[in-house]
Parts: sequence; C-alpha cells; structure tokens
Amino acid sequence: MTMRYSFGGDEHLFVEVAEEMSLDAFFQSLSMTKAVRDAAIAGVTEICPANASFQVKFDPDVIAPDDLLALVRGLETQADAAEKVLDTRIIEIPVLYGDPWTHETMMRFRERHQDPTSTDLAYAARVNGYADEQAFIAAHAGSPWFVSMVGFVAGLPFLYQMVERAKQIEVPKYLRPRTDTPKLTIGHGGCFGAIYSVRGAGGYQMFGITPVPIYDPEQKISYLRDFMCFCRPGDILKFRAIDRAEYDQISAEVADGTWAPPMAPTRFVLADFLQDPAGTNARLVEALHA
Amino acid sequence: MLEVIKPGLATTVQDLGRPGYYHLGIPLSGGMDQYALRAANLLVGNDEGAAVLEAVFLGPELKFGRDAIVAVTGADLPAKLDGSAQPGWTAFAVKAGQVLSFDFLKRGARAYIAVSGGIDVPIALGSRSTYLLGALGGLEGRALRAGDRLALGAPAGAAVAGRSVPEALRTLPAKEVTLRVLVGLYWHRITEAAGKAFFGDVWKVAPEADRIAYRFRGGKPLEFVPRTPPFGAGSDPSNIVDSCYPYGSVQVPGGTEPIVLHRDAVSGGGYCMVGTVISADMDLIGQMQPHTKTQFATVTMEQALAARRDRAAALQAVRDSLA
Repeated sequence: MTMRYSFGGDEHLFVEVAEEMSLDAFFQSLSMTKAVRDAAIAGVTEICPANASFQVKFDPDVIAPDDLLALVRGLETQADAAEKVLDTRIIEIPVLYGDPWTHETMMRFRERHQDPTSTDLAYAARVNGYADEQAFIAAHAGSPWFVSMVGFVAGLPFLYQMVERAKQIEVPKYLRPRTDTPKLTIGHGGCFGAIYSVRGAGGYQMFGITPVPIYDPEQKISYLRDFMCFCRPGDILKFRAIDRAEYDQISAEVADGTWAPPMAPTRFVLADFLQDPAGTNARLVEALHA
Repeated sequence: MLEVIKPGLATTVQDLGRPGYYHLGIPLSGGMDQYALRAANLLVGNDEGAAVLEAVFLGPELKFGRDAIVAVTGADLPAKLDGSAQPGWTAFAVKAGQVLSFDFLKRGARAYIAVSGGIDVPIALGSRSTYLLGALGGLEGRALRAGDRLALGAPAGAAVAGRSVPEALRTLPAKEVTLRVLVGLYWHRITEAAGKAFFGDVWKVAPEADRIAYRFRGGKPLEFVPRTPPFGAGSDPSNIVDSCYPYGSVQVPGGTEPIVLHRDAVSGGGYCMVGTVISADMDLIGQMQPHTKTQFATVTMEQALAARRDRAAALQAVRDSLA
C-alpha cells in the first residue's frame, strides 16, 4: 500500500493508507497510529485512526510540518513490520431489529429513500440478494464487526463486517440525509455499519435499535462510569437479535445499573482470519460464551 | 452568581476547548473566536482560558448576584448596564443586583462576555466548554435558558475597571471576507476547472452556519474527476471511505455547497474535502454572519505559518497592552 500524505491546514497531517476499504488498510492505519503514539513526537496533540486513513493534529509552533511529515513517513517500515495481531475485546450487542422507533422515523422520511414503498430492512435484504428480512438479519447478526473508527459524533462506532468482501453488506445512504435518527439506531451506509450514539441527523439505512447505551456524558450508566464513550477503535462487536420482551428487560436492567454488555478479552490475528474467516469468527464468538 | 433573565439565541459557556478526544468523536469545542475570548478574560483579570459566555447574534440578559468586573469582546453587540451603554473591549464594574443586557448586533456574530472569576460550571474532560451535540460540558451540556443560575469563580483580584484593548487590536470582520485555504486532502478529486472556480467564485455564508460548521452557497457546483468508486466509499462522486475531518477542512458534499468545519466539528465522515482553512482565519469564521460575501484564497504552508505568527503577535500585543 502506498500511503498518501497531505496537510490539513497548518495543524493536521492527513494520511490516506488506501483509497478503498479493506481489513489490511484498517490494520495498517492502526499500526501507523500506534507507531506515531509510541514515537511520542513533541508537538503532536491528537492521533485519530480512521477506517483506511488517519490524522495527526500538531502544533506547528512546536514542530515544523515538514519535520513531522518526515518523522511519520519514517515510521512506515516499522508499522509494516508490526505483527497484524490485535489484543482486543469482543462485545455482544443485543439488537431489536425492525423496532417501532426507527420504523416511525423511517416513515417520516420515506420520500428521501431510494425505495419509498419498502422498509430499510426489506430494501437492504433485497439489494444484497437475501431471500427475506430474516435471512438478512441472520447475516447481519451472524458475524462479528470491527470498530474501524470512532467519530462523526461522540462515541459513534463505524463498523466493518468481518466477512469476505463478496459477502459484505452494502447499501447506499438515503438520497438526502434525515434530520432525525433515534438514539442507538443500528445503521448501515456503503459497507459500514454504525450505532448512532446520540439522536440526530443521519443518512444511513436503519435496521434496528439496541437497548445498550454507548455514550453517557453524565457517566451514570454502570459500565460507562470509567469513561463516557464505550467503543474504541479495534473493538469487535457481535450483534444478537432479541425480541421486544428482552429489549424491555435489558433496558430496565441498564436503568437499574444491573446490566452490562457481555464481553471478553480476545486476540485477533489477521493472517488466521484471511485464511479462514468463518473459523476465526467462530473462535472469537466462543470467547463470549466461555 | 449570575441569573439568566433572558438567554439570548444560543448562549453557551465556552473556554479554550477540550483537546484530546477527537479520536472518539468528541471535538475541541471552545470559543469560536479564541482571540476575542482570550482578550475578554485578560480585560477582567482572569486566566486567558477561563470560561466565558459566548453569545451568538443576540445577547442575553443577566442579573449579577455579586460585584464583578465584566468585559464584552468580539462582535459589536453593544452592552448596557441597567440600561446605560458600556463600551466594548473595555472592562467595566458591575454591582450586585445590576442587570447586563444588549442592544441589537451591529457587526460580527459572536460576543464574549467575561466576568472576573470566570463562569464556574463543572469541568468535563478537562474543559468547561459546551459541546451541544454530545450534551457535554457547560451548563448541563446545553445552551442557557431563562431562570438558569451560573456560579462564578473567585476573582484573582487583579481586575480593574476602565482598561481597554487598543482600537487597532480589536478584530472586526469586514463586509466581504477572504478565507485563506491550504489545498490538499482530496483536492485531486475535483477537476482543474472546478478548482479555479472554487477560488474565483464569490460565495455567501448560508443560514446553516453554527458551531459545527459554516456552509457556503452561490458558487458554481464543483465537477469531479470521473472514477470507479473505491470499495466502501459510496457511489456519489464526492464520497470517500469515511475518514477523519480536520478542523477547518472544506468538504463539498455533491460538489455543491462547501462546508467548513469549526470547533464543534463532526470528527469524520464520507465526503471529500478539497482543503483546509488555515488556523489564523478560524476566529474570523466565528464572526461571520449569514449572507456574508466570501472568497476563498489559496495559500502555501509558508504563508499559513506566517499568518499564524501574525495572529500570535497580535495576541501578544493585547497581553502587553493590558499587562
């Protein structure tokens, strides 16, 4: 991969690892941001990994832009040599697919959709070649997803489906963005999934909703007391389809402070995955239920 | 204590901002015109980074619970104390029980109201700044409302009424603004003709101009270089695989309306950016009203850094004049 370097004004160095998305590009971006962090370059104030790119914010009063560029470029070899192994965690996220709240929102913005007579789920199932919504949901909840970037708004994870490219779910974004999306909507646009951490504008197709808050600025949710954002780049999420009764039960337990998402530490080895995606995923998911 | 009688349009508590969390989607926030914010604090004897009120377009009405020194900088939003006019960019004394209000905005967009001791709201992730989208910081993560009560910090004791920032150092935006841009990022995605038009056309600030971003209208739509969309980017020619967005970056969804991200920026997304407004011009954006005629001018990194040094020198001159 040939990285492309560009300055974002006088305070940002922007690096495109690859023009197209892939697990390789994502790992390269993670390795590079780790190398930049480890290098502890004076003047670097923020390091932000993205899907297939990353960004370094710096203070040009401390380090000259070209000096920073040379230092970061010099880390490419080290990042290339880094083992494509990630010690991370796998987290199960229950999802009420086809829920009433995203349905209501979807109907309000129907004229902005490619297929106003369909629902987002039915449309996504159809354009991805699934027989019906159930088969689509089984695929969506069937394999884990990488948190390949956190951002847009506070704590919102971009999710990259861990399957061969031919099997990846792809849907266009709404023709025109909605001005509203329920909080904790499970969305999808292009090849990326997302969980809307807060209510707000959005253009992704809406498939369902999770009862699991992932952003809490007041830090009252039991598992968000240490930090207000739940997801971090490199996390692995696994969806599980639930019904309304379980949705209500988990919501109540979250409010009580008695529920936290099931999670387990795990190690992801890129080479293993590329050789046997299904087998690797099965082992990852086993860790959740060990 | 400050009692909010009228909140203004979208008055928020802001300081220098909240660096360090952009990788989790939490932007800098902080005053959009950092120069005016720092000057306001210096005038009332505060630390430059103390929390102040940022009022946009319409001022609040505030009743003071204790004596204080106050200064209003930034936009020309004339202050009145119990109805009598107070000069801008100048420290004035307020007695407990007096009411600070404002006349209609004359020029600029955002005024900074500093009170000796600073606005004392809880610190969230190292800052008192309000981030509205994330309901974080400031007063309960939101804009002020009538009836709110704001605590004040203990004054440092150095505040003196009557001090003012010299006229020459008061920055006010012109009727027509030029924003300097360093091209880059995904500049190669637009055609050469589109690039020329971007800098040649006169744009206008759209009504959608807030702390997240300023949108511009009126120029010719930008044409993109034809391509096969890269996997994951999306089918629109302006789509990219979702990336980080630098502060000040100029994105062009659909090629029609350039959007410049500011201090409450969305941290990333899938629209191609053609360049970035240089750091020296970011304060200026915070003072632009809708409909302001705007041109973008291309500059080199050397010019961007020189402009940055000029800004730093102006701020140092403010410090020296008030020392």
